[in-house]
Amino acid sequence: MDMSAPLLTGYGIWVPVAWLAASVVAGIVIYLLWKTGESSYKKGTELERPYLSGNMEPEKGAVHVRASNLYWGFLQALKGYYDVLVPVHTGVLTDYMIWFVAVTAAILVFVGVLS
Amino acid sequence: MTFSDFIITNAPVLLVAIPLLAAFLCPVMGKISSMVRNFWVMGMMLVTAAVAFILAYRVFVTGPVIYVFGAAAANLAIPLDSGGIPIRIIFTVDAMSAFMDIICAIVGVSVLLYSLSAESRNSSLEGYYTLFFLMIVGVFGMVSTGDIFNFFVFLEILSLASAGLIAYRIDGGLAVEAALKYFILSTLGAIFVLFAIGIFYGQYNALNIAMIAERMQFSMLDKIALVLLVAALAMKCGAVPLHFWTPDAYSMAPSSVTAFLVVASQASLYGLFRVVFTMYNITMNCVTVGWIIIIFGVLSMVVGVTMAIPQKDIKRLMAYHAVSQTGYMLLGVGVGLAVLGNAGLTSAFGFMAMEGGIFHIFNHAMYKGLLFLTAGAIIYRIGTRDLNKMGGLGHTMKYTMIFFMIGALAIAGIPPFNGFASKLMIYESVYLFNPLLAIIAMVVSILTLASFVKVFHSVFMGPKLPEYADVKEAPLPMLIGMGILAAIVILFGLFPQPVVEILVAPAAHALADQGGYIASVLGGA
Repeated sequence: MDMSAPLLTGYGIWVPVAWLAASVVAGIVIYLLWKTGESSYKKGTELERPYLSGNMEPEKGAVHVRASNLYWGFLQALKGYYDVLVPVHTGVLTDYMIWFVAVTAAILVFVGVLS
Repeated sequence: MTFSDFIITNAPVLLVAIPLLAAFLCPVMGKISSMVRNFWVMGMMLVTAAVAFILAYRVFVTGPVIYVFGAAAANLAIPLDSGGIPIRIIFTVDAMSAFMDIICAIVGVSVLLYSLSAESRNSSLEGYYTLFFLMIVGVFGMVSTGDIFNFFVFLEILSLASAGLIAYRIDGGLAVEAALKYFILSTLGAIFVLFAIGIFYGQYNALNIAMIAERMQFSMLDKIALVLLVAALAMKCGAVPLHFWTPDAYSMAPSSVTAFLVVASQASLYGLFRVVFTMYNITMNCVTVGWIIIIFGVLSMVVGVTMAIPQKDIKRLMAYHAVSQTGYMLLGVGVGLAVLGNAGLTSAFGFMAMEGGIFHIFNHAMYKGLLFLTAGAIIYRIGTRDLNKMGGLGHTMKYTMIFFMIGALAIAGIPPFNGFASKLMIYESVYLFNPLLAIIAMVVSILTLASFVKVFHSVFMGPKLPEYADVKEAPLPMLIGMGILAAIVILFGLFPQPVVEILVAPAAHALADQGGYIASVLGGA
């Protein structure tokens, strides 16, 4: 059994080991580039403090972008879709049961039991 | 008979008997001391997993294993005086069953190890472990049995134990409500399954799956039974639009239980595939039923991932992703079913689509289990599921963050993790069937990545927050539990072809080969 054999997808192949080797080479190149950067940084000094145009640094909790603020634009762009989809998830058990029975009826039609 | 022969011969029944013994002696062990109880549950889980691996090895090397309860010989499926009907309870463990057994064993060990720390602060742990082992019994029984009524019994054991564990934390009544919803829907589904079994028994005088498959006429009654089984098992595996219980139950259960609920849902998925491939196969209209499963799959992928993005509860978000990933499995295997009657299309891409879907079952159990365990570790340390209240945990929970990254990249289908390998197989084979379906699957992967970038940023990135200044890394047993799953996610991603050759392809062959399944039971009598 060849452990590193490429994955045959029926249409092409996937060679993870080659991908990993390429990633390692890319990582080495990135590291070498990083090493050429400025080395005067000193830990625990003023260099660590963010510069906000001379303003005081806000509280740590205030600068963290919270989950609800992420993808606001995506959700607004799909507002019409979400206005339909979210209310369907009512959390009401009887609604869940209605969906179950309705989908069963739909499958009965598709399979040809009901016409 | 030597001890090893005894184990090998009786492995199918031991797979259920050992966890049953573990479950019902757990309260006794708990009376002695908590340490004895912990050794007991961990030891019994390891023994159960070892039996599962022994059985799986036997199946993959020598072929399907038949175990007939109460027969003179374990493989005597049809008693001499039964009129040719296999009347006894029978376990039929083929490669597909063994494949599911391996999943259950690996996740079971990881989750139980994790639970030793994660649940240590809670009371009634004897009840917790008893119910957990009953879940193990339910899954092993469902995927191993060759008797449709027996399948119903194990389905009920699994549902009852799962409902008990979903309600375990109570959580101001919210967990109990989630459990009640799950329980009532499961009962409704179980009634559908029982009604279908009644139809089979009325028509064919048999409960044995192989016997029913051999006699299948696809009459109007068989069509009704098929619809009842498809609807019930699609609901149990969380396919859209029957998924509503999933976010409620997954988010309210303890995280270790949620990780195993993924496997429990996959046992129902196995049941769905077993019904359509083994019981009905080409006697039914494969194109119609295949497309029904494909539609379930596409809806699950799209609705699951789009509902995940706006979630603020980390476990609810992950629950919707579990729904979305189930869609990939339904899509892959649905395409395989849709072209089952056409040998040319099956060999061109149908079988590959099935392999992709089945491989994704395994991969999903590993990375989704891992993600739920990381969520549990975070909740264990900071006491909230609200993503809006999290941040900066990457400074203190480094190992948990690394495990989360591995799981998140795998679920998004990023190479070289295991999710990429199975998704690639699905993309390429499904593209040949219908390019639009493959494009939808790829877009869903991109949205999955976007969603987990949000979680990663919200939980681990940002400055160290004052309220979490004293937060520590998760305890060692929890890290080991996560580490086992993370290691498999990486290994199966780096070396996918041997996994496909050894585990996945035989499982797909076993599923598609109805004649082989029937012959292994009825032909061996």
